[in-house]
Amino acid sequence: MSLAEAQAEIVPADVEPTGKQIEGRSPLSLAFARLRKDRLAMVSLVVVVLMMLLALSAPLWAHWTGHNYHQTYPKTGVDESGQPVGPNGEFWLGADSIGRDVLVRAVYGARISLMVGLSATVLATVFGVAVGVLSGFLAGWVDGVLARFLDILLSFPYVLVAILMAVTFGASVPLTIVVISFFSFAAMARVVRGQVISIREKEYIEAARSIGSGKLRIMIIDVLPNLIAPVTVLATLLIPQAIVFESVLSFLGAGVDPSTPSWGSMLSEAQDYYRTAWWFLFVPATLLLLTTFSFNILGDGVRDAFDPRTERLFMRKRKKAKK
Amino acid sequence: MIRFIIRRLLFGVVVLWLVSTAVFFCIYVASGHPERVIGGPRATADNLAQIRHNLGLDKPLIVQYGEYLGRLAKGDLGMSYVYQTSVSSMITDRLQTTAVLVLGASVLWLVGGVLIGVVSATRARGLLDRASTLFVLVGLSMPAFVVGLLMLYVFFSKLGDAGIHIFEPGPPMQEHFLQRMILPWISLAFLLVAGYTRLTRGSMLDVLGEDYIRTARAKGLSERRVIYRHGLRAALTPVVTQFGVDVGVLIGSTIVTEKVFGLQGLGQLIVQSISVGDAPVILGAIMLVALCVIVANLLVDIAYSFLDPRVRLD
Repeated sequence: MSLAEAQAEIVPADVEPTGKQIEGRSPLSLAFARLRKDRLAMVSLVVVVLMMLLALSAPLWAHWTGHNYHQTYPKTGVDESGQPVGPNGEFWLGADSIGRDVLVRAVYGARISLMVGLSATVLATVFGVAVGVLSGFLAGWVDGVLARFLDILLSFPYVLVAILMAVTFGASVPLTIVVISFFSFAAMARVVRGQVISIREKEYIEAARSIGSGKLRIMIIDVLPNLIAPVTVLATLLIPQAIVFESVLSFLGAGVDPSTPSWGSMLSEAQDYYRTAWWFLFVPATLLLLTTFSFNILGDGVRDAFDPRTERLFMRKRKKAKK
Repeated sequence: MIRFIIRRLLFGVVVLWLVSTAVFFCIYVASGHPERVIGGPRATADNLAQIRHNLGLDKPLIVQYGEYLGRLAKGDLGMSYVYQTSVSSMITDRLQTTAVLVLGASVLWLVGGVLIGVVSATRARGLLDRASTLFVLVGLSMPAFVVGLLMLYVFFSKLGDAGIHIFEPGPPMQEHFLQRMILPWISLAFLLVAGYTRLTRGSMLDVLGEDYIRTARAKGLSERRVIYRHGLRAALTPVVTQFGVDVGVLIGSTIVTEKVFGLQGLGQLIVQSISVGDAPVILGAIMLVALCVIVANLLVDIAYSFLDPRVRLD
């Protein structure tokens, strides 16, 4: 890093040029400003947005290629020996084992994978925060029971349970979402619980109690807003986990049903063809990794934006503090 | 200490009971007609009724549940519907494969994770630290089977075509043991090494900031001794905890790796049994998995008190 850059960095981000009126800024807008300066996080945000656009534009891709995601093309997609054809003028990214268009399926798969990842995260966050706040704030036997329950949940081989549930109730997209959020919410609840326990002892909670606020009011008005930072960070990091989880479940045949294209189900079909049809494996794998990798970097950036003191993974070299 | 262990064992029994109950009812909702599995397609209605009677399936659910718990308490896991052999022998057979997989991989990920973690903590923000960080993020972003499939693609398909045989699929486990296991070990370890690197790095950075490390340096100890003797020992406590938990959980979660590399382990057994509705095997295997988790957690807590004298168990 050049000297000029280093000096530019020393200037605190939130100092306005002189002459402007000083305005108060919420922690949220400060964090957002910091996040916008984080180049790596912004790049990964762009990747995530592109991936969402790709998912939304799925019908367009089907239109451009002239192929449907569920349509098989036995004449053009599979060669004489029954092997899928590679990337060519008609199948831009090759065909799969029964002659469907890999590109179109991967784009439709993005819809399922992202939707499952996002909605499972939303569900897990809502339940995780609720359980965490109740457990941390009410303490006593409620906390004892809930905390033990979370411990058990966190140390259970969830893949087994997921398979069992898929067999019991039949594999489907909604069930996949429920299963994933059921096993992700414990991580959220545990973090929230820890935060709430420390918030509970703060003076402003005591102040709220002294003016006669009830427990519910304190939980919603005083505790909840203070959880925005950790919850946002964790939720961002839960999304890639949920996407990975979905792909693993689909790979085992316990996720979305096989006719629905998702990255996991495509990879599952591709496993027998990795020797002959690399595109079949690499197209969904690349999209999946690009997405989860971006979400992970973004989550890291969000964490840094909310709390600049924490260790982050891709730290730009700050001016070394003298010890 | 003794009281602690007894209490934890009792808690473990309660968890086992809860798991067995949940799985029992789950399976009874799922698989209604095991007699069709046993009797085969040509069984007559009389045969089916006879089989149901022999298995005790014609009794009310609650009675069946009681009998099941009674057998379980005696350690009897019953007979497989499909293979007509004792579930215990089936499970121990498969457990061996899974245990070899998990333990072999655990050596790799523990050594790898701790080494990379220590190196990147002592050279924080250096090039090596950033490289290992990138590696951690890739590890966190990858599903197990993608790692496995990519490894198969490179090491089996590409190198194998080039005449270098690192991986040998197929049954003769005894003959080509290393060739058979090396890729599964690496791919399983790859997923976990990331977390261990992160954990060791963070805990090491914390420890190296402690006063006693400064004291050790001030005494004139060599840097190596400071880091490995004084620093690492304290930094390893969270790693040991995580290790115990992971090994316990993994016994039931290597399904994906087993499936990718065609290993006949416990995970595959469970998946296959679920797909044919072989209830006794599913129940037995899941109980075994739960037992592994409980025992691993207990061992971790005991190891904890040896590693960190500040921890008192009571």
